[in-house]
Amino acid sequence: MHPWLEKQRHLIDFTLAALARRKAKNIGLLAAYALLVFVLASLALFTQALRKEASFVLAASPEVIVQRMVAGRHDLIPPGYLEKIGRLRGVQKQEGRLWGYYYDPVVRANYTFMARPAEEVASGSIMLGATLARARGLQPGNLISFRSYAGKLFSFKVAALLSPDSELLAADLVLLSEDDFRAFFDYPAGHYTDIALSVANPQEVRNIAAKLANALPDSRPILREEVLRTYQSIFDWREGIVLTVLAGAILAFALLAWDKASGLSAEEKREIGILKAIGWETGDVIRMKLWEGVLVSLTAFLLGFVAAYIHVFYFGAAIFKPVLQGWAVLYPSFTLAPAVDGLQVATLAFFTIFPYSAAVLVPIWRAATTDPDAVMR
Amino acid sequence: MPRPSTFATLLLGAAGLAFAASLLDAVRLGTARQPSRNERRALVDKLGLTDLALFTEARYTRHPSQADLHSALQDHPAAFDHFPTGALLAPPPHLTAPYASLAGKTASPD
Repeated sequence: MHPWLEKQRHLIDFTLAALARRKAKNIGLLAAYALLVFVLASLALFTQALRKEASFVLAASPEVIVQRMVAGRHDLIPPGYLEKIGRLRGVQKQEGRLWGYYYDPVVRANYTFMARPAEEVASGSIMLGATLARARGLQPGNLISFRSYAGKLFSFKVAALLSPDSELLAADLVLLSEDDFRAFFDYPAGHYTDIALSVANPQEVRNIAAKLANALPDSRPILREEVLRTYQSIFDWREGIVLTVLAGAILAFALLAWDKASGLSAEEKREIGILKAIGWETGDVIRMKLWEGVLVSLTAFLLGFVAAYIHVFYFGAAIFKPVLQGWAVLYPSFTLAPAVDGLQVATLAFFTIFPYSAAVLVPIWRAATTDPDAVMR
Repeated sequence: MPRPSTFATLLLGAAGLAFAASLLDAVRLGTARQPSRNERRALVDKLGLTDLALFTEARYTRHPSQADLHSALQDHPAAFDHFPTGALLAPPPHLTAPYASLAGKTASPD
């Protein structure tokens, strides 16, 4: 073996033997360290996967949604708006959407009702999101009644359930025909909830929105990029909240690690004195301690990260789910596709491995450069 | 008896391999779960959905991207937000980033 490698091996042997003398303390430190990395890595992996998922699926959402505002509140789109928008140059397609909320006192949850063309959902039947069907115990072919806001009872036949893969988006969705929707909510004829626009040229979206605001001053255009930005900021915000909650734990660990790494016990000082007295060089002592820092922090990082990966992508991030996703009566169950961001992993590795290894070095350098006789005394 | 350094090398090697395996598994799992992602995207495209169904308790938490700018005060002036998600939902974009207010930017005088 190369003499340099052999020397490092001996140094590692010595370091591990020294660590093994304080076994309980060092294993405890390693476990706390790995736990901290686990928590931080779980958080990073989960929010990153949610962010990626939101930006991937919502990239297909309408380019512009036009709402009408009355006294600062969302109001119905009256007849005539669709035609006015159709005259704007650059608008490829405009579609009036009908959707609204319904509170179901049976399960105490809100549903989102959405009208679909008759060829998709026949009159008298509905299609349901899988979460909602589970909460109400419904199967295709069952009948369900809803009392409308006007007090009338409407019965629908469940024609089909939406794919369980789409729960993340359609947990509470009820699709019904346009006629049923208008009858159920007593919607005035010719009115819509909002308008979805397709724009031929993506570069033109902002111009179209500006033209829209000009032509219909009471309208509020919501661009797809704003929808995407909203979701990025929601998950950033939630990640921040969890980090704030964890800040105490992170600081406590930093103190523990700093204390462990930088404060040398009298025993350790004596050990260094003896090593120097029997002929170790300052460089060797520092190298030995560097190995200790690297071994402890690298092992903690690797173990913590792998555990976090399994926790997030095989156990659905059971620990953080409630805070990061929110809670609801109709809670979608879904699996996320892993999105591991190299920069994020590198940052986590840097901030877990480097400070500890560095903190180990400073006091050792100070002790190792002093006279062995003075240190041993 | 093996030397402690051999043990450490083996342990670190195994942990390093597990780390590399997790990165490879991310690629594999991503490919395996891609069809259901595509299905979700197709549903968004077909129905024109704008939001994830994560928080369904209030309209401004069910569709945060469609909520009007006054939704936190929806019940009466100066009303407190009483849904738990509200506390965990990001502040509206106009408070954290310059909100692209497109209303009122008329080129011609009124």
